[in-house]
Amino acid sequence: MATVTGALPRVLRRPTSYTGWWSWVTTVDHKRIGVLYGFTAFAFLLVGGIEALTIRTQLAGSESALVSPELYNQLFTMHALTMIFLAVMPLSAAFFNLIIPLQIGARDVAFPRLNALSYWIFLFGGLLLNAGWLVGNSPDAGWFAYANLTSKTFSPERGLDFYALGLLVLGTSSMAAAFNFVVTILNMRAPGMTLMRMPVFTWMTLVTSFLLITAFPVITVGLIELAFDRLFGTNFFVTAKGANPLLWQHLFWVFGHPEVYILILPAMGIVSEVLPTFARKPLFGYPFVVLSGVSIGFMGWAVWSHHMFTVGLGPVANATFALTTMVIAVPTGVKIFNWIATLWGGSLSLKTPLLFALGFIVLFIIGGLSGVSHSSPPADSQQQDTYYIVAHLHYVLFGGSIFGLFAGIYYWFPKFSGRLLHEGLGKLNFWLMFIGMNLTFGPMHWLGLDGMPRRIYSYPAGMGWDFWNLMSTAGSYMLGIGFLAFAWNFVSSLRKGEKATSDPWDGRTLEWSIASPPPIYNFATIPTVHGRDAFWAQKYLETPGHQPRGVPSGGADGDGDGAHGQGAGHLGVHMPGLSYFPIIVALGLALAAVGLLTHVAVIALGVLIMLFGIYGWTFEPAEPDE
Amino acid sequence: MMDRRSPGHLRLAAFTLPLIALLAAACFPEHPQSTFDAQGPVAQKQLDLFMIIFWAAVFVFVVVQGALLYTVLRFRRRQQQDSLPPQWHGNPRLEVAWTIAPAIVLAVIAVPTITTIWDTATVPPGESLEVNVTAHQWWWEFQYPGLGVVTANELHVPVGRTVKVSLESRDVIHSFWVPKLTGKTDLIPRNTNVIWFRADQAGTYYGQCAEFCGIAHAQMRFRVIADAPEAFDAWVALQGERPPAPAGPAAQGFRVFVQKGCTVCHTFGGSEGEGVQQGRMDGFLKGQAQYPAPNLSHFASRETFAAGLLTRTDENLRRWLLDPRAVKPGNRMAQLAEAYTNAEKALSEDDISALVTYLQSLK
Repeated sequence: MATVTGALPRVLRRPTSYTGWWSWVTTVDHKRIGVLYGFTAFAFLLVGGIEALTIRTQLAGSESALVSPELYNQLFTMHALTMIFLAVMPLSAAFFNLIIPLQIGARDVAFPRLNALSYWIFLFGGLLLNAGWLVGNSPDAGWFAYANLTSKTFSPERGLDFYALGLLVLGTSSMAAAFNFVVTILNMRAPGMTLMRMPVFTWMTLVTSFLLITAFPVITVGLIELAFDRLFGTNFFVTAKGANPLLWQHLFWVFGHPEVYILILPAMGIVSEVLPTFARKPLFGYPFVVLSGVSIGFMGWAVWSHHMFTVGLGPVANATFALTTMVIAVPTGVKIFNWIATLWGGSLSLKTPLLFALGFIVLFIIGGLSGVSHSSPPADSQQQDTYYIVAHLHYVLFGGSIFGLFAGIYYWFPKFSGRLLHEGLGKLNFWLMFIGMNLTFGPMHWLGLDGMPRRIYSYPAGMGWDFWNLMSTAGSYMLGIGFLAFAWNFVSSLRKGEKATSDPWDGRTLEWSIASPPPIYNFATIPTVHGRDAFWAQKYLETPGHQPRGVPSGGADGDGDGAHGQGAGHLGVHMPGLSYFPIIVALGLALAAVGLLTHVAVIALGVLIMLFGIYGWTFEPAEPDE
Repeated sequence: MMDRRSPGHLRLAAFTLPLIALLAAACFPEHPQSTFDAQGPVAQKQLDLFMIIFWAAVFVFVVVQGALLYTVLRFRRRQQQDSLPPQWHGNPRLEVAWTIAPAIVLAVIAVPTITTIWDTATVPPGESLEVNVTAHQWWWEFQYPGLGVVTANELHVPVGRTVKVSLESRDVIHSFWVPKLTGKTDLIPRNTNVIWFRADQAGTYYGQCAEFCGIAHAQMRFRVIADAPEAFDAWVALQGERPPAPAGPAAQGFRVFVQKGCTVCHTFGGSEGEGVQQGRMDGFLKGQAQYPAPNLSHFASRETFAAGLLTRTDENLRRWLLDPRAVKPGNRMAQLAEAYTNAEKALSEDDISALVTYLQSLK
């Protein structure tokens, strides 16, 4: 082993410094990777937000000519792709990385270098997807990119090549991360943490990871076929050569609907953590909440054709998918009732994390109800492809996912920064976003039912759409200000926010049992778990009358960090070493994809770099040499 | 914290506003694509079903949001309170109950959904008018197979008669939507869909492509014009006639029309023969400068042109012929016709005037 690694170039001698710029490039620490995911996702969120504000500005009035239709089509396509694949999914991934090992009492994920690889592929994939802006041709056929508009005949520009290759690269990242978290959650739980003792966020991460593993291969098939059509002249979606364009729609939505749950389940998991903590009560009906999450995951596979009620699949198919879609509302309703019951009888501390979690429930109910209205095909035939759908999906993905993720940011920020976010700015942030969100997307319900189609860059005067479009645009600016309030809060609190203890919210799960910020090894001693809400059980005894009583010592470990102030070395803790190879492999992969758009030599170079990275990775020992 | 300016009140307002707007739609005619103003049985059934769902949703909204708001207000932490609440973990009986409750509400929606699916899918028995609709980037072709009529962007139908519509596309996927008459159904290459609708009132109904289909998707509009039966018959008779040969200034326009190659894509003087439009599409796919274009035989019998974008006035026609790209970005004529791609063949002022005169003579 030593001789093989010795053969590697000296420049790539294993890095040892845990500080400085290079330590972030070579890190395999799940917390640092989580931070990288978080900041990158937030940067993309801002890009997607600017795209959204441009769209809203264009639509503020009729006959607007701020942007050309060519640019508008790129903007709405890239807005969706960016928000879904580069903002919400990686923000969820940031929480998986930051929280899961801490919640299950582990020192890192199962495959730390694979984890770093996932991040770097995500970053390069995100840049590749956005590279179209550099050449003036971003994807412009919608995030759903229906065939055969995407064929070379009807989209001769480069944009859709960036779409196909960018998403293929990003898919690799998601798959690697999903396998990593499934293995981590199934194998690395602390002793005594059975599946039904896992925190709900961990459960939802597990379900989401399985959905990623099963859904991404389907879209990968479609994307490879699309890329082959466009790059090598195959005819998978070329109707003039006999292809049926509906093939793409089925492939896309078989992926696309589980994808919706990939976006929402992590947020539901976060809300299921925040509510009990701020109500100071256990989650009501834990098994029901977990099982409804699992069944939403399963049932998400049986509803895809409700995106296709207008393609003419016939009454039998439409009726079938209408019923399966309605059934999925049942476990969703169960979750909402259990959340309300969790609050019932609690002692609610209305701090910002709880406000965002409550905002999530309120807005998700609206999104869920409008969702039921298009589970009915005849009603949907008037709603499909109108602003009513735009309203629905933003109540679910903005009101749902984004509010849930913001609850998570306010909740866990002190764990990783050692400081609290400012409450006053937090409340300002919440109310700006809550009111702005309703002002932006509420009127879209009406606009859609008043006959305004989506994906139109302009609309004529005299349609009756001007006033509510103007209101919606005003709301979107308010949302923009809300995000600025958040950014200001984040930056200023990071520098001079109130210092946080290791357990500022009287938390219930294991991440609150260790120091803020946690030491690199997380747990000096791996805890033993005896029930749900493992850390709460260390702090409080439960009496027969369900009335908790404080444990005299105030917790298992007086200073709360579980480490007794000692360094990793003293404890004999072995942590994985830093590594250059994840970023090298990711770079090779991305370069190979770029090569498909430029020159075959670039492909060869990318593959060579990738092979070199894999070679070095294979013979690099997991732990650093002493 | 949560005082009278609570989000519940805001949300209630947000939800009643659409209701007020709904009333407004009924009172004011300036909502040409409102789905609340159904003017035929298909749209009416779709609206009826939506209203059932809407009121069921309002009921659930009030109950659940009300419960949430009440819970938050009642159990918010008071300053002096520091004792922990009882640690209830759940109540299986209660949870089974609220698993069943939404299922019951959904059943209320599911039954009329299923019946309406079949109601709207089944063409009513009896005599009907057959129309073939072909969607193109970015305009609509309407053929009346039994009547030998072909027209573009304005679909004339008789009031009170079932119209059986066959939907096809030769390029990409589009969607046929006339909100006041029928919800949308897609037009998909290699898949023909058949739908029906009926207009119960004479009038002009707005339609629009609802599936994203490329650059000019926003400008792929059309009209359904429901005529009294006699007016419809007169329209059919006019469309079936061969328009008079161009005379006087119009004859000059006709010469320009032919010289500039307009006939490569536009048919005039009757309906297209079998396969003519398909031939144009095949030519385009082979890289030739052609595309299926609207039949102009009775151009001047239409109220609008350029897929419902412009009223057919001399001034608008002039604007369109001068620079179609400026009026409708992405359109195929600006992209393919030599008059716009080849500076030597560009239309002169006189050409345009002559063409306007000719086109306006095609009654």
